[in-house]
Amino acid sequence: MKSDRGDIELAGVCKSFDGVTNVVDGVNLKIADSAYCCFIGPSGCGKTTILRMIAGHEDPTAGEIVIGGQNVVGLAPVQRRTAMMFQSYALFPHLTVRENIAFALRVRGQSKTDRLRAADAMIEKVRLTQFADRLPAQLSGGQQQRVALARAAITEPRVLLLDEPLSALDEQLRVQMRQELRRMQRELGITFIHVTHTQLEAIALADLVVVMEQGKIKQAGAAREVYARPHDRYVAEFMGGQNVLSGRVEKVNGASFVLGQAAPSGIEVPLQARSTVTVGDNVDIAVRRDDVALVRPGRDLPPGCTTSLPSRVLAIEYQGYFVKVMLDTVPDDEFVAYVPEKTFFADPFTVGDVVMATWATDSALPLA
Amino acid sequence: MQPNPNPSRANLAGWLYVSPLVLVLVPFFVAPILVVLAASFFATDGFGGLTPGFTFSNYIEVLNAALTFKLYLATMKFTMLTWVFTLIIGFCVAYFLVFHVRNQLLAIGLFLLCTVPFWTSNIIRMISWIPLLGKEGLINQALLATGIIRQPLEVLLFSDLAVVIAYVHQLTIFMIVPIFNSMARIDKKLIEAAIDTGASRLDIMRLIVVPMSKSGIALGTIFVVSIVMGDFFVVKVMSGGGSASVVSAFYEDVGVLQYPTAAASAVLLTLVLVAIVSLILRTVDIRQEITR
Repeated sequence: MKSDRGDIELAGVCKSFDGVTNVVDGVNLKIADSAYCCFIGPSGCGKTTILRMIAGHEDPTAGEIVIGGQNVVGLAPVQRRTAMMFQSYALFPHLTVRENIAFALRVRGQSKTDRLRAADAMIEKVRLTQFADRLPAQLSGGQQQRVALARAAITEPRVLLLDEPLSALDEQLRVQMRQELRRMQRELGITFIHVTHTQLEAIALADLVVVMEQGKIKQAGAAREVYARPHDRYVAEFMGGQNVLSGRVEKVNGASFVLGQAAPSGIEVPLQARSTVTVGDNVDIAVRRDDVALVRPGRDLPPGCTTSLPSRVLAIEYQGYFVKVMLDTVPDDEFVAYVPEKTFFADPFTVGDVVMATWATDSALPLA
Repeated sequence: MQPNPNPSRANLAGWLYVSPLVLVLVPFFVAPILVVLAASFFATDGFGGLTPGFTFSNYIEVLNAALTFKLYLATMKFTMLTWVFTLIIGFCVAYFLVFHVRNQLLAIGLFLLCTVPFWTSNIIRMISWIPLLGKEGLINQALLATGIIRQPLEVLLFSDLAVVIAYVHQLTIFMIVPIFNSMARIDKKLIEAAIDTGASRLDIMRLIVVPMSKSGIALGTIFVVSIVMGDFFVVKVMSGGGSASVVSAFYEDVGVLQYPTAAASAVLLTLVLVAIVSLILRTVDIRQEITR
């Protein structure tokens, strides 16, 4: 019984190429049907290997891969009803756009008229009608990507796997094609799994963001969840937008605890329901860069702020709608404040100024 | 495009770029061909002396001889047989090296192994077939010992079969190299992409590998065809004098000092080869395939 559902479950999936180190190390994950899922991590973290195992181009050393309720380990890609869009697209250079897209139907033995009609319909869907008779080399990067997408989609897969689909494009096109991918995903109504190393791409597109490091999943969740509430230092630093501070717990009082730090008064951090903290623990906390306010020494802190860290301005970068101010608040670690443009220019700082970095106590987030 | 402000200077640079090739090609290729071409229109006194002039009689003599046609037929037969076998073997070897040997170092090692026979001279390579194919050779002895035959096979050595075997042995490398070269440039991801769409091994071979190796096949074909058609030595030795080729005929002419007829035959063969090569180049746009 074949299922049309494209929900995926990975259970204890491991992959080792040399029998010694696991490139993918015991990954468990559920991806809902018709979801847009992004795997993100630095190169070599195993995200592409997971993709290739789901696609059937690589067999897991251990574990199960279940698509639509059926264990697909050992099945060919066609039997899995998955389709893959390769990094740099892997278009057949000797075939025209139309022949490339019709290729899957050709090897399935469809008659020439049938497959060309289906290909033309798909070409229309990706808006390439006027390029149908060109060779891939005669197309721009964005057009090639659309051909690759169409070639993968024509088999009506239940899961479409995309290996760094936007990495070959320049910045402007990348944003444009990102939209197009999302549109296609909605239109086809199938599961998309997208591997990337760009945070912006992942949180802009995905229903489910999976952050990986060294073959393990560090955090999986909705884009906002992963960005705003990272589990640990790695995720916080990788997703960006957070300052990570560490220190020893000095006091635990009811709903919050105090972290000993450079600041004379310590840093007050609200306790999370899930975390238990005892005095003497070493703890990391995260503070969003756009939650940090900068106050000149001696002025009053904004309401809700109990912590203030004296800092020197190291560098200032104008970013348009905000100004990136780099500070020496914590030794050895980056500490950055994203100050709204208007606020910054109401009372601009210069490099070398001493400021107090502060934030609303509620916005500090203890990390695992 | 911007018009070049100084066309004569650009021209000079262009000529400088091609000058090394011109310096080699003109004295060693163009000039000898012109000499042969001129000689083919000269008359002879029958003792090796050439009388400058302009006569078609040499060509008429060559074209009127029934032997010419027969020799071309025989040469074409050798060429076709050699081409088919070198193509099959060369393609398989290249395919194996490119797609089945995962370790690149091993692939290069095996590739070099293919060149080992070429460390010895052509003559030695041919002579070494005798202990294998001869009347008392290994193959005959093995077949006799197993009782498959009673009389030793005479057809193995000094026959057309032996000629083809020697050609295939000598020329397969000329197929392997260009086919290997064009196959090695096929992105392995294309094969994976084809598997992903559900292509079988046969489909991949038929729709991806063969079309994308076309330029290598064409180049190898040009090598093999031109070498076989221009050869007389292998035919002479391996057939034991029983067969002849186009070139062996005008080699005989040279031997009896009939230079103008030999030259006319040579020009004729050159024209035939040019026609064949341009036919191959028309089928496969090698330039485009190589720069792809």
